[in-house]
Amino acid sequence: MLRLGVSLTVAAMWAMPASAASKPPPGATACSGCHAVTAVASPAVPRLYGQSADSIMTAMTEFREGTRPSTVMKRIAKGFTDDELRPLAAWFAAQK
Amino acid sequence: MIMKPHITRRSFCAGVAGVAATSVFAKPALAQGPARIVVIGGGFGGASAARALRIADPKLHVTLVEPNPIFTACPFSNGVIADERAIEDQQFTYEKVAAAGITIAATSAVKIDTHIRSVGLADGKSLSYDRLILSPGIDFRFDALPGYDEAATEKMPHAYKAGPQTLLLRKQLEAMPDGGLFVMSVPANPFRCPPGPYERASLIAYYFKTKKPNSKILILDAKDAFSKKGLFEQAWKDLYPGMIEWVSQAKGGQVVEVDPATNTFVTDFSKHVAQVGNVIPPQKAGTIAEIAGAVDKSGWCPIDPVTFESKLVRFVHVIGDACIAGGMPKSAFSANAQAKACAQAVADLIAGRKPVTPKLINTCYSLVAPDYGFSVAGVYAPKDGLLADIEGAGGVSPLDVPHSFREEEALYAKSWYQTITTEAFG
Repeated sequence: MLRLGVSLTVAAMWAMPASAASKPPPGATACSGCHAVTAVASPAVPRLYGQSADSIMTAMTEFREGTRPSTVMKRIAKGFTDDELRPLAAWFAAQK
Repeated sequence: MIMKPHITRRSFCAGVAGVAATSVFAKPALAQGPARIVVIGGGFGGASAARALRIADPKLHVTLVEPNPIFTACPFSNGVIADERAIEDQQFTYEKVAAAGITIAATSAVKIDTHIRSVGLADGKSLSYDRLILSPGIDFRFDALPGYDEAATEKMPHAYKAGPQTLLLRKQLEAMPDGGLFVMSVPANPFRCPPGPYERASLIAYYFKTKKPNSKILILDAKDAFSKKGLFEQAWKDLYPGMIEWVSQAKGGQVVEVDPATNTFVTDFSKHVAQVGNVIPPQKAGTIAEIAGAVDKSGWCPIDPVTFESKLVRFVHVIGDACIAGGMPKSAFSANAQAKACAQAVADLIAGRKPVTPKLINTCYSLVAPDYGFSVAGVYAPKDGLLADIEGAGGVSPLDVPHSFREEEALYAKSWYQTITTEAFG
């Protein structure tokens, strides 16, 4: 199931142009309250900019399903559908 | 931030003349040259909005109106009261905001003419705008609690706008002898930082436990429930047994009058004399929002949940504690998230694009001891004219978890503070 989700995601990426300059999709800017935009020395919370879209999709799916342990991320991931997450993941991947 | 409005007869008349002279469908104030956005209020909302506007469209001319050269942050200021942090850890300048190409008007906004789209400043100058973003935070309703006026804050501090009041409350607690009684009154909803009073009581309990172990804390509340209640009560039982008493509204907790001369809190049923008294007063949107005509009879600002534009005045957007944001609490996280969504919508509107329906997040951490934290989170989207909770998402930290979970959330709380203050001011 998860594998299918990931491969669908990858397929969707091809069709979705996201560049560093493109407009952030809904929800993207809310993440930077906790996930720093600029690089920090020893972050307790990982920076999302430049991470691969696949790893963001996988993490969010696993947080939502509860298969990846978290404190707050399960509660947040439950607020996003796969259709909302795909453009978010692609946009973060395109940021430097 | 405290705006001190001075409306003179002359400025009031000028406003009325403005109504007559311009039509409702006024052209943008400046059809030529870059669009001008004025942001009023340099807190988490205003500073974040100003910077996000420049990121969304570097051509925008952005002015931030803020009289204080130094911002003192409220989140984590309960740690200052509890002697765990220095006030300097709460303070930020606007140097980096200015370096992002934002003009800082270091004065107060005293008048807003929404018809000719102009902001009058305390230094006598005025600023024209194409769109105005108000992020004025809260002001206190000094008419709402008998005995509690501005002078009373020097005796019974509110410490609910960080700065000298924070230090005054700390000084009073330091001077209090062991075995003393600390009393706090908490208003009805809505107010800034819903879990804030209970975090404060917890961290003062932490201070008492180590420095003044025979002291007691009494919370007199105008409500029967509060944010993260189960988590706070569990922590109080575990960490500070017998030290904190919370009196609900139903049990007679609502404070109806205070006497600053004797440090007395009066409820319908009893009087409590405190060694140290902390009054968290009823609140309303910052005064400049009222001057703009953006406040409804609730004392807060109704907004469109997509653009944050006022439902009462055109070309004026309201973000942060002052706006009615539906399910979103009045928090620094909310203000920062709203600022970025609003900035994107404003940039779209200026460019003639249709604003995208936003999705927002809030996460509020509370500390009950330096290594013991928990959170409430929510995800929001526009629904029925408000920002509504996405069903099934959000909620509070679980009750039955090992201490390592609380330690981890305390660590994330500190990390959040670092990140959000860097995004807004650093």
